Amino acid sequence: MASIREYVDVIRSKNAGPYAITFDLIFKDEAAYRKVKEADLINKKMITKLYGIKAEDVISVIDFKPAHAIKFTIRRPLSAGAVGERDVYGAQQHAPLLTLEL
Amino acid sequence: MREIKILSPTAILGYGFPEESFAKGLAKKPDAIAVDAGSTDPGPYYLGAGISFTDKEAVKRDLKIMIKAGKEHNIPVLVGTAGGSGANSHLDWTVEIVREIAAETGLILQTVVIQAELAKAEVEEKFNQGKLKPLAPAEELTKDQLSDTTNIVAQMGVEPIIKALEEEPDLILAGRAYDPVVFAAPAIKAGLPAGLALHMGKILECASIAADPGSGSDCMFGTLRDDHFILEPLNNKRRCTVTSVAAHTLYEKADPYHLHGPGGVINLTNSAFEELDERRVKVSGSKFVADEIYTLKLEGARRVGYRTISIAGTRDAIMIDQIDEIIDEVRKMVNDNFTELNDDSYQLLFRIYGKDGVMGALEPVQEVTSHELGIIIEVVADTQQLANTICSFARSSMLHYGYPGRVATAGNLAFPYSPSDFKAGEVYEFSLHHLLEVDDPVAYFPMQIVNIGAKRSDD
Repeated sequence: MASIREYVDVIRSKNAGPYAITFDLIFKDEAAYRKVKEADLINKKMITKLYGIKAEDVISVIDFKPAHAIKFTIRRPLSAGAVGERDVYGAQQHAPLLTLEL
Repeated sequence: MREIKILSPTAILGYGFPEESFAKGLAKKPDAIAVDAGSTDPGPYYLGAGISFTDKEAVKRDLKIMIKAGKEHNIPVLVGTAGGSGANSHLDWTVEIVREIAAETGLILQTVVIQAELAKAEVEEKFNQGKLKPLAPAEELTKDQLSDTTNIVAQMGVEPIIKALEEEPDLILAGRAYDPVVFAAPAIKAGLPAGLALHMGKILECASIAADPGSGSDCMFGTLRDDHFILEPLNNKRRCTVTSVAAHTLYEKADPYHLHGPGGVINLTNSAFEELDERRVKVSGSKFVADEIYTLKLEGARRVGYRTISIAGTRDAIMIDQIDEIIDEVRKMVNDNFTELNDDSYQLLFRIYGKDGVMGALEPVQEVTSHELGIIIEVVADTQQLANTICSFARSSMLHYGYPGRVATAGNLAFPYSPSDFKAGEVYEFSLHHLLEVDDPVAYFPMQIVNIGAKRSDD
């Protein structure tokens, strides 16, 4: 087992508008990207389990080869800045992804 | 070959830029200097309250350098989403800054001011006619929520900016605008392809964030031709690489291949990124696909109350073990003490840092392992007075509550500040994130030509 951290340059989360948070995993190179793709590490099921959300709240999972990246987007539990909301920019919701192993 | 060159000094007007980078950009003889001045990222407060999230002096510093350079080189300066959110109060704030700059420099600035705020009555009429559609995942709004919404803006497309450029002004101050349009308008006006122009704008609006190392406070230069554009960071310490530019294409958007904006989609399915040399990247193949019906995105925020918070911490292991039960008990005490209040007149929240303060419902770690917890007691109520009252009562109740097994009987909370409670004022939530179909992409954006710095006729 190897930590995902060995394969990535970037793991980040950020608002994609006030109602969604998008997560980017940008891999170190083509080989690292392919390895993670072959292991099918990033998929809807993993996302729902890791974040405790319903499948319909995962808006998309998209490969972006020009940056050897995988990104996924989820519906925010609350819109950015709403009462009870916790992360206005959505920039600290990536953290559980750092625990993934390949 | 036709060519349009754009200098983007900074990612947000007021975030600053090195004058050396800016001077290098000017030496390349740009056709325009453009900047994005806003974002919804800082949250609903700024749009709702009509206040800028950027600092006035910082905005003035950036804008003064840009305006002086624009005048000197006889090229227009374009500002999109003026004042952070682009409602009329944000525009007025920016115009005031420009007046000060004109007075200090002695410049006379022919300025086109483009409004982007919609009258609420008009939006309510469209709402009643069923013409507003929530942009998923935003939800349908109610009549009351719309009625509580203070400022409503529409994101303008490239068309109002092109119309403003026809006046050959020194300065364009646009209200809420789709981020790329102030960068794309000069090129589209010159007849260059919209897909490439808007894609270039999408990257330039973040200035050097797309470079390596990235920075939102440094300049980027874009050169657009008939079939490609070239990006070049203006600080020698930075370079654009295929990875840095492609990675930026992912940033802040759900689908990196299809970027929806006013009137259509920038399609990047066939975009190609190529390293021209050590520091420059060439992009080609991006296409604009116009929608059959032109839609504008409306944004609005509504006031939901007033906030008071109290910040504290606990280091007591006996208390930490029972933190959830203690919070439940404090809630009960507040409820019992204010039985005459309507349930919906206030909301009481406890944010526990060291447990799930950052992620809440999304937090996978359920066990508290920290030796201390940060606690924010928060109340949002119908009035500031009520928020103060409930927060004060919840704070004193939590401070002295005799939880089971307590040995530290002098007090349960460590307060870093006196006073311990902070009035945070008005609280807003986003309410409108809706599409409106329009016949004319310019009609909702009235423009006014003003000579700023000129002697007034009535003087």
